[in-house]
Amino acid sequence: MSGLANPTIAILLTGMLVGMAGALLGSFLVLRGNSMLADAISHSILFGIALAWLATGETSGAVQIAGAALSGVLAVFLIETLARSRRLRDDAAIGLVFPALFSIGVVLINVFARDVHLDEHTVLLGEIGFVWLDTVTVAGLVVPRALLASATLLLVDALFVLAFYNALKLATFDPGLARALGLAPGLVFYAHLSLLSGTAVAAFDAVGVVLFVTFVVVPPAAAYLLCRRLSSLIAVAMLIAVASAPLGYGAALWLDVSVGGAMALATAPFLVGAFSWRRWRERRRYRAAQPPAVSASSSA
Amino acid sequence: MTALLGDYTLQNVMLGAALIGVISGVLGSFAVLRRESLLGDTLSHAALPGICLGFIVTGVRDMGSLLAGALFTAVVAALLMVGLTRRTRLKTDAGLAIMLSLGFALGVVLLTWIQNRGGAAQAGLDSFLFGQAAATTRADLLPMALLTAVALSGVVMLWKPLKLMSFDPEFAAVMGLPVRRIERLLTAMIALAVVVGLQMVGVVLMTAMIIAPGAAARQWAGSLLGMVLLAAGFGATAGISGGLISTLGPGLATGPVVVLVATALALVSLLIAPRRGLLPAWWRRRRRRSHTSTEQILQTVYELAREHGDWRYRVEQGAVDAYHGMITEPQLATLADRGLLISTEHMPDEGPHWRLTEKGQGHAAEQAKRRNERRRWRVRA
Repeated sequence: MSGLANPTIAILLTGMLVGMAGALLGSFLVLRGNSMLADAISHSILFGIALAWLATGETSGAVQIAGAALSGVLAVFLIETLARSRRLRDDAAIGLVFPALFSIGVVLINVFARDVHLDEHTVLLGEIGFVWLDTVTVAGLVVPRALLASATLLLVDALFVLAFYNALKLATFDPGLARALGLAPGLVFYAHLSLLSGTAVAAFDAVGVVLFVTFVVVPPAAAYLLCRRLSSLIAVAMLIAVASAPLGYGAALWLDVSVGGAMALATAPFLVGAFSWRRWRERRRYRAAQPPAVSASSSA
Repeated sequence: MTALLGDYTLQNVMLGAALIGVISGVLGSFAVLRRESLLGDTLSHAALPGICLGFIVTGVRDMGSLLAGALFTAVVAALLMVGLTRRTRLKTDAGLAIMLSLGFALGVVLLTWIQNRGGAAQAGLDSFLFGQAAATTRADLLPMALLTAVALSGVVMLWKPLKLMSFDPEFAAVMGLPVRRIERLLTAMIALAVVVGLQMVGVVLMTAMIIAPGAAARQWAGSLLGMVLLAAGFGATAGISGGLISTLGPGLATGPVVVLVATALALVSLLIAPRRGLLPAWWRRRRRRSHTSTEQILQTVYELAREHGDWRYRVEQGAVDAYHGMITEPQLATLADRGLLISTEHMPDEGPHWRLTEKGQGHAAEQAKRRNERRRWRVRA
């Protein structure tokens, strides 16, 4: 058994890779004020996963990931179309689209795939504890399938962000200027969200889609409280995600609970820490700005 | 005997589903109007750890304590969300997504904690993810009915301030209403609605029950009262029909079916509602197009030219389109064929422009004079 197929290493590595990919893409989402799209996309991919399974009889593989990722893009497209009709606000459009796609996915699975490995609980909650059981051999190395998928997606995400860093940055902070400069913020937005849905599909085996949302939203939000520069925000967010995986894994072993859930929950202390640090610094700065006489008289 | 048993289950399902539909329709209307639709999503995901806590504390699957736990964690999550967004630069969307995902993660951890320790009694908790209508018992209905009654009476008592805050929150604050306190109460009532639905619809999909009936009713109703009543009706329809369908098909979770019915209602409303519906709007636009004569469009070009004090003024086609709210190119082309307009270039890349010909100017002035005379007669009469 090669090192990568060792259960502990496989679980930890998969968690870290999924967390890094989620935090990387999530940074732009949180900054743009679209965090709930992560929730919408990650629910909607169940529809794509169910369809891909019906078409090919497989739930994992490049074609399945791409196909299921399309359903995340479909969800974004439907949300935008509904919101553009101006009959619904965009929050209501989000809340109308993703439960519907998710429901269709659940019904399809219930009706056609009753006794297959695929069920909505797995998609929702993931089974990271079992990722080492399902392996493929690549270039003589035995690699867990979920590990391979999340490593590939992280690589693709990182290449995308590096290649289009400036376009992404501008589309996030000033879409108007990006449009004026001919950078097509809409296209960047869709490319970013299709990668996000692809990563969600790759992650569903491991942490489950709802817990994937945690990795997308919480580390960037914590980093947002600590950093001023986009590049450092992304770096800190990815670090938090990486640190959460072993932390959560340890807690899960200790308490005998869901590994994916514990890994996701392990991001919470970082958010609390960032929040407290920020409050502490603000208070100190506030005190420093107060002339001493005033503070003396107010305390008297 | 089996028929009776089936009947009994069916009665429970219909009663429960009707309760869920009414309460989520009523409170969802306010959430939709106040652009807080996704609050229901966060509340329902954050209710999962509460269900587990309720079970851990009491040790039995008692509906009352499960719902109390769910209500508690949902409200705590909402308060944390508000605190986080008010004290930091994180926006509401981030706050919602954070509390949703962390709440759900905590719920999953607690759920597995119970499963890895518990006896047989824990079996039912799993069904809270997607809801299982057939598992509803008469004893489950009582707490649901109580919660519904509490929430509905809250809406009745707070009707006026809620109405004001849904349409004009700034004005409500200026009037001296305790806006924040009422907001918190409304959040708690929405949490009540979510909690009532957990057993049958499940935590994952309750969000749709909060949004879809309200969004559907919004398309038909012209007043808040009408909207709330309609939403209650839509919600009950979706709940009852979805609940019934799911008891017919074996293994069909109730949540998805109810949600699909509710979504279908919302989509149909978006399409066909008389005033706001997309199809009627399209029909009206078409009618307007066929009734807007070429003469009216010539008048528009003439008026625009007159405003600029130059009858040779080059009018942008886009401006004429915008004024009439339709594509006017065919009519403009007809006018050009009659020799009343000519197409001109203004500047490169600025879209097509038109200006009056001498003949067109004379014709339009003649028409304008006649129209003014008609108007004068009408004013005198």
